[in-house]
Amino acid sequence: MQQIEQKPLSEKGLQNPNPVLQPLAFVALVLIFASTAIHAKASGSEVTGAVEPPALKRAVVANYAAIMAATYEDSVAAATKLKSAVDDFLANPSEAGLVNARKAWVAARVPYSQSEAARFCDGPIDQLEGKINSWPIDEQYIDYVADSPDAGIINATSSYPVISRELILSLNEKEGKKNISTGFHAIEFLLWGQDRSTNAPGDRSWRDYTNAARNSERRRQFLRIVTELLVEHLKSVEAEWADGKADNYRSRFVAIDPDAALANILKGIGALSGPEVAGERLTTPYETKAQEEEQDCFSDNTCNDLIDDARGLANVYFGRYKTDPGRKIQGAGLHDLLMRINPEFAAKLSTEVEAAVARAKEIPPPFDQAILGPNSASGRIAIKKAIKTFQAQSDLVAEAATVLSIKLNL
Amino acid sequence: VIGMFIRFLDLVPHGRLSRLHALMGAILVGGTSIFASHTNCTVLAPDPSEELSGGETTVFDTSPKAFGYPAKNLHDEHRSAFFVGHSFFNENWVVAPGSTAARDGLGPLFNARSCSGCHLRDGRSRPPDADQPMVSMLMRISIPGKGPQNEPLPDPVYGGQIQGQAVPGVPPEADVFVEYDERAGQFADGEKFSLRRPHYLLKHLGYGPLSKDVMMSPRVAPAIMGLGLLEVVPEETLRGFADAQKREGRGVNGRPNLVWDKSAGKVTVGRYGWKAEQPSVLQQTAGAFVGDIGITSSLMPDENHTAAQVICAKQPSGGHPEVSDKILHDVVTYSRTLAVPARRNWTDPIVLKGKTLFVQANCVTCHLPKMQTGDCADLPELSRQTIRPYTDLLLHDMGEDLSDNRPVFEARGRDWRTPPLWGVGLIEKVNGHTCFLHDGRARNLAEAILWHGGEAQSAREKFRTMPRIDREALLAFLQSL
Repeated sequence: MQQIEQKPLSEKGLQNPNPVLQPLAFVALVLIFASTAIHAKASGSEVTGAVEPPALKRAVVANYAAIMAATYEDSVAAATKLKSAVDDFLANPSEAGLVNARKAWVAARVPYSQSEAARFCDGPIDQLEGKINSWPIDEQYIDYVADSPDAGIINATSSYPVISRELILSLNEKEGKKNISTGFHAIEFLLWGQDRSTNAPGDRSWRDYTNAARNSERRRQFLRIVTELLVEHLKSVEAEWADGKADNYRSRFVAIDPDAALANILKGIGALSGPEVAGERLTTPYETKAQEEEQDCFSDNTCNDLIDDARGLANVYFGRYKTDPGRKIQGAGLHDLLMRINPEFAAKLSTEVEAAVARAKEIPPPFDQAILGPNSASGRIAIKKAIKTFQAQSDLVAEAATVLSIKLNL
Repeated sequence: VIGMFIRFLDLVPHGRLSRLHALMGAILVGGTSIFASHTNCTVLAPDPSEELSGGETTVFDTSPKAFGYPAKNLHDEHRSAFFVGHSFFNENWVVAPGSTAARDGLGPLFNARSCSGCHLRDGRSRPPDADQPMVSMLMRISIPGKGPQNEPLPDPVYGGQIQGQAVPGVPPEADVFVEYDERAGQFADGEKFSLRRPHYLLKHLGYGPLSKDVMMSPRVAPAIMGLGLLEVVPEETLRGFADAQKREGRGVNGRPNLVWDKSAGKVTVGRYGWKAEQPSVLQQTAGAFVGDIGITSSLMPDENHTAAQVICAKQPSGGHPEVSDKILHDVVTYSRTLAVPARRNWTDPIVLKGKTLFVQANCVTCHLPKMQTGDCADLPELSRQTIRPYTDLLLHDMGEDLSDNRPVFEARGRDWRTPPLWGVGLIEKVNGHTCFLHDGRARNLAEAILWHGGEAQSAREKFRTMPRIDREALLAFLQSL
């Protein structure tokens, strides 16, 4: 039964299983019961020494689910606060209101960046990530930029007479990966504007949201809608991870073969650490020295994202999370499991996990300046070190699968 | 040192599942006949490593990012090029002069502002909705006759393709609209289907009339993973496929297109494009840069307008060339090393049954499952890999219904290159649609098969006359690719 559940999760995400296969499910189920029984007998007559305790594996999976649920809960709560701050600002535009909304945006990044440890394993976030956190963004797709006062959807009054939810959703990633109209970074641009300064973030005027500015009502509408959508999209991810629901992702996830669940967990943090952070988030800006290749290019918050990505991974590895309201989750983590099987390896990986957080903290903000200069510049040295560490962490995560005897590519 | 970036992508949670399914398969094939079928056959077993469509380059991701990973075995020293290429692949080019010189030079005429404009998430584009002009696919045009290198002759005013967009102050060439009429058909078991046949309308012509005898060929952008592997399949291997098809004598006569290789300065085998009109990833990429985005390169230094489009010649350039050799190289490296995703459900008994039917219907004569790459000097990661692209890269007569009546080098109107099928089951996940064939007319894989004619007519008929349960198994197999 566990195995049959495994397929929809790992290969079909949250979609319904292939209808072609459904008629076979019952027969398959019977056969699997039969074969499981054979398996059980075989392993029962073998040894117990090398075999890791299945109960611990299940505990790791359950605790991971609890951590992800709490992280998404915090993400929703922080995005909801962002929404109130934006609503307050739009109700009565002022410098203070804009600053307040920016602070709420930065705060909302903290749990969200930590939640990215659950990306790249075809879970709930992977279905919606393109709407929640797409970047790099071509900002003139949304609004005016220096030298192009008429740019963007907001100023395209004849092409798009009405700024609506449907319009904004339909334009996201339309005709190009950088044509982004929704999510954190669209909001970021609307709050900060272009960053044309070497030592400060973007400085969009709060007056952009008053009648003093062209198309201000459309801009207000745009910001209101994208903030609302962010909350809604995060809520639907949160619902898939919520505890005690009969048919959501979490309930299926904790029921599958623990080895499959662990492989999924490792795949997510391995991909985050390697191709994503070491690759797209660090190597690409390092090599191009282009500001637009930093994730939070308007707010200069990129270094914090990197730190929180590393922390999110550490949360999963050590099985811990401290929620925004201060509740502590501490349960079985991958580290505990690895300690049981190969303490030497566990020590190695835990060192690397902690090093990744440290290396991320050592990148001197703002990130758009850290990438510049000769390779001997302190910022570039720090980034290069971080690339190495995140890559090493990714490689060790892959090795952890071998240590846990999780079969590859069979 | 090898492939450290994505070694963890091995971690597909299907180890035990696979064994169980294999066991199930064995039991089912051996005895019970729950697969009620009119096809009397022994179901093929899984081939060892069959799921590794791209050999050692294969990655394991089934999310919308499935086509976007570097080859699993990519060496450290090639990572920088990959990730810079990735950046420029997604980059929106801007009108010159722009604030960043590396990224300006768009147009003056263009179809898209970025590679990702059509190959979104390195995937496949689709036809426009009703009443919307074409944006993520394009219309190739030419007039009768051949140029000095045997290439198609461009329209004297509009050139080799219709560009529907232009920089400010320059008229776009035209808007291309598509309309469909439905044609009813029927499977042998009586189940009905309907195929949509496209018709194209050009409106808002910006530079006067087209040539009276202009020939048009609509093209969607295909998914681009695995291109580097296909580049290093030896030419003898491809010719061997053609010879084998002749020997088989089933009326399938694939032949390579013979095209002009600009950098080598000679005629060579074509591998890319719907008519196999491009010999290399470099030439394909440089061609797309200038043709589709209006970005010149040292390989293709001339802007994409004709002498008759005087206003275009007056536009500022983004440099000579507009994309540097370094960036072009990195985008080419990116395109060559994007990894093919592994198969899913490959030991599932229904999928295995579908595989068997795919073989029995002779689909494999052209959609060749397995081949070896040769040596690749600059990217040894691609060397001597056993790959499973499901193509022979050869041209085949696909019948009158699919003909575009527009020859390209050795390819006639009815000839199309067998497209690779790897990754075909993930297109919906990555790109949110299931439009197939060169013009996206097929709304799903079944329709794509049903459009096959000419040399593929008998394979198509085998599919059309299968009982539904077999057709579904065959489609389940395609979905697993």
